[in-house]
Amino acid sequence: MPRLRFVLRRLAFAIATVFVAITLNFFLFRVLPGDAVRNLARVPHASPGLQHALAREFGLDKPMWEQYLIYLRELAHGNLGVSFTTRQPVSGDLRQALLNTLPMVSLGTIFAILIGTVTGVVSAWRRGTVLDRVSTNLAIAFYSFPTQWLALVLLIYLSNWLPSHGMTNDFLVDPSFWQHELDVLRHMLLPSLTLGLTLYGEYTLIVRSAMLETLGEDYILTARAKGLRQRQVILRHALRNAMLPTITLIALSLGYIVAGAILIETVFSWPGIGSAVYEAVTKRDYPMLQGAFLVLTVSVVFFNFVADLLYARLDPRITE
Amino acid sequence: MSAPSSFSRARQHWLWRVLAESGQAKAGLVVLGIFVLLALVAPWIEPYDIHQQVGPVYASPSLHHPLGLDDGGIDMVSLLIQGGRISLIVGFAASLVAMVVGGGIGIVSGYYGGWLDTVLMRITDYFLVIPDLPLAIVVAAVWGPSLTHLILVIALLLWTTTARVIRAQTKSVRERAFVHRVRSLGASDLRIIARHVLPQIAPLLIANTVLTIAVAIFDETALAFLGLGAPNSVTWGTIIEFAFLRTAISSGAWWAVIPAGLCVALVIMGCFWLGQAIEDALNPRLKVSYLSPRSFRVIRLRNQDTQSTPDTQSTPDTQSTREVEQP
Repeated sequence: MPRLRFVLRRLAFAIATVFVAITLNFFLFRVLPGDAVRNLARVPHASPGLQHALAREFGLDKPMWEQYLIYLRELAHGNLGVSFTTRQPVSGDLRQALLNTLPMVSLGTIFAILIGTVTGVVSAWRRGTVLDRVSTNLAIAFYSFPTQWLALVLLIYLSNWLPSHGMTNDFLVDPSFWQHELDVLRHMLLPSLTLGLTLYGEYTLIVRSAMLETLGEDYILTARAKGLRQRQVILRHALRNAMLPTITLIALSLGYIVAGAILIETVFSWPGIGSAVYEAVTKRDYPMLQGAFLVLTVSVVFFNFVADLLYARLDPRITE
Repeated sequence: MSAPSSFSRARQHWLWRVLAESGQAKAGLVVLGIFVLLALVAPWIEPYDIHQQVGPVYASPSLHHPLGLDDGGIDMVSLLIQGGRISLIVGFAASLVAMVVGGGIGIVSGYYGGWLDTVLMRITDYFLVIPDLPLAIVVAAVWGPSLTHLILVIALLLWTTTARVIRAQTKSVRERAFVHRVRSLGASDLRIIARHVLPQIAPLLIANTVLTIAVAIFDETALAFLGLGAPNSVTWGTIIEFAFLRTAISSGAWWAVIPAGLCVALVIMGCFWLGQAIEDALNPRLKVSYLSPRSFRVIRLRNQDTQSTPDTQSTPDTQSTREVEQP
C-alpha cells in the first residue's frame, strides 16, 4: 500500500511540525524576553516580595520542563490563556477572528488563482510576444509591491466606491439576512482584491513555467500530430498537467497568504486573525500573540497536509 | 577565493556572459546599481535635512520639494534617499547572514549525507512549513526592536530555502567524476568543499542570495509596518507605516505613500530580474528547446553547446523551491 504509507508519512510530518511549533511557541515566549516576571511587574520599584508572589502565581518558579508540561496540558484542554487587554479567553476571541478571516482569504485566493491561471496560460501560449512580456512583467511588478502598500494605494483610489473599513456597516438598521450578507461581501471586496492582486503574480509565473515545461513533452507533440486544435491541446492536454505543480505550489504559498492577511486586515480593519496579531503586537498582548501564532501555524500545516493528499490523488506517481 | 586560475577564469567568463547576453540581467543590475549608489552617496545628495521641518504638514509636491512633504513637514525626497540606505543595509545584511547559514547547512548536509543530513533537513523542513511572517512577528515582538535584531529575524526566515537549494546541488556535485578523482588523490573533505564543491555551487548561491535580498527588503517593510522595525531610523518600511498611522490617506497625500512603495518594488524587481537570469542560465532546460505553441514546432532557443554552464542538472528540489521562495 504505497499510498497509505505516503499518507501516514505526511500525517506524521504534519503532527511533528505542529509539535515543533508548539514547543517554539513555548520557548520563544519564555526564553527570549529574559525575565518574564520583571516584564509583568513593570511597576516602578516593584518589591522583591511582589515579584516573588507574581512568579508563584504564574507558575514561573517551577522548573522549565514542568512549566512546559503544564503548558501542554492546558493546550490539550483548549486553554490558550487569557488576553492581557480584553481579559477574555484567547481561544474564544481567536475562533471568531478565524471565522472572519476565512471567507476574505478564500475570496482573495480565488481571485488570485483565476487571474494567475488565465494570464499564465496566455503568457505561455504566446511565449516571446509583447503580450507575454507585458503580462510577465506586470506579474513581477504586482508580486514586488509590498502588500500593505498596495492596500493603501487601493484605499486611496477606490475608497470612494467601496467600503474601506471594517466588516459591516454599523448604520444598517435591522438588516435582513441577505442584506447583511451583501453588506459583508461589499466590505470584503477591497481586502480580497488586494490579497488577490498581491498573490496572482506568483501564480502567473508558476503556471507559465509549468505550461512551458509541459508544452515541451512528447505527448503534446502526439496530440498535435493527431490533428487536434490548438485550443484543445492547450486546455485539455497541457493545462491539466501543468496544474499539478501549480497546486502544490499554491499550497506551499499558504504561508504568504497568511502574511498577506495580517497586513491587509491591518489596513482595512478587517476583524480577523491578522488584526488580532496587529493589536496584540501594538499592545504587547503576549497570550494573544502566542495563541494567534499557534492558530496560524496549525492552519498552514493543516492545509499543506490537505494539499499533499490532493496532489497524491491527482498524480499517483508521487506516492511511489 | 584562490581557486585554480583556469577554473575561475572560465567561471568569470561565464558569469559575464549571463550579464552580457540577458537584457533582463542587465536591467536588474542597473536598477540595483542605481539604488546602491544613491544609498552610498546619500549624505551628499540629500537636498534637505531629514530632522528638520522645511514646510507645512503634507504640503503637496512643488518645485522645491518634487515629492512633497510628510506629516512632519520633512522633504520626501530626502526621506526616500535616507530610507533606502537603511532598507538596503537590512536587505543585504540579512541575505548575507542567510547565505552563510543556509549555504553552510546546505553544503554540510549535502556533502556528508547520512544522519547529519537527515537531522539538518528535518529542521529545515519544519522551518519551511511554519509561516514566515508570524514567526518573525513573534520573535521581533518578544525580542524587542533594534536594527541587529531586525536583520537576524529576517535572516532566520531566509536561510531555509537557501539550505534546500544548495543541499540538492551539493549532492549532485559530490557524485561527479572529478570529485571522486580528487578524493582518490587524497584530498581532505575541507579541501574538496572549498576548492571543488564551493566553486561549482557559487553561481547558484549568488543567484539565490540576490533573490533573498528581495525577500529581505519585503519582510523589512512588513515588520516595520507592524511597528516592529528598527526604532528611530527611517526606512522605506517606516515611511509607509507613518503614512498609514498619520492619516496620509485621508489627507489625500499620495506622495507620502506611493514613492516609497515604488522604490521597494523597483529594488525587488531588480533582484528578481538579476537572480532569475542567473538561475535560468544555470537551468537551461526551460530554455533549450520547447514546443513553440504558436508555430507548434520544436525550437532551439539557444545553441545548446555554447551553454557551458558549470552545472546544468536541475533537480526537482531547485525547481520547486525557486518558485515558492518569493514573497
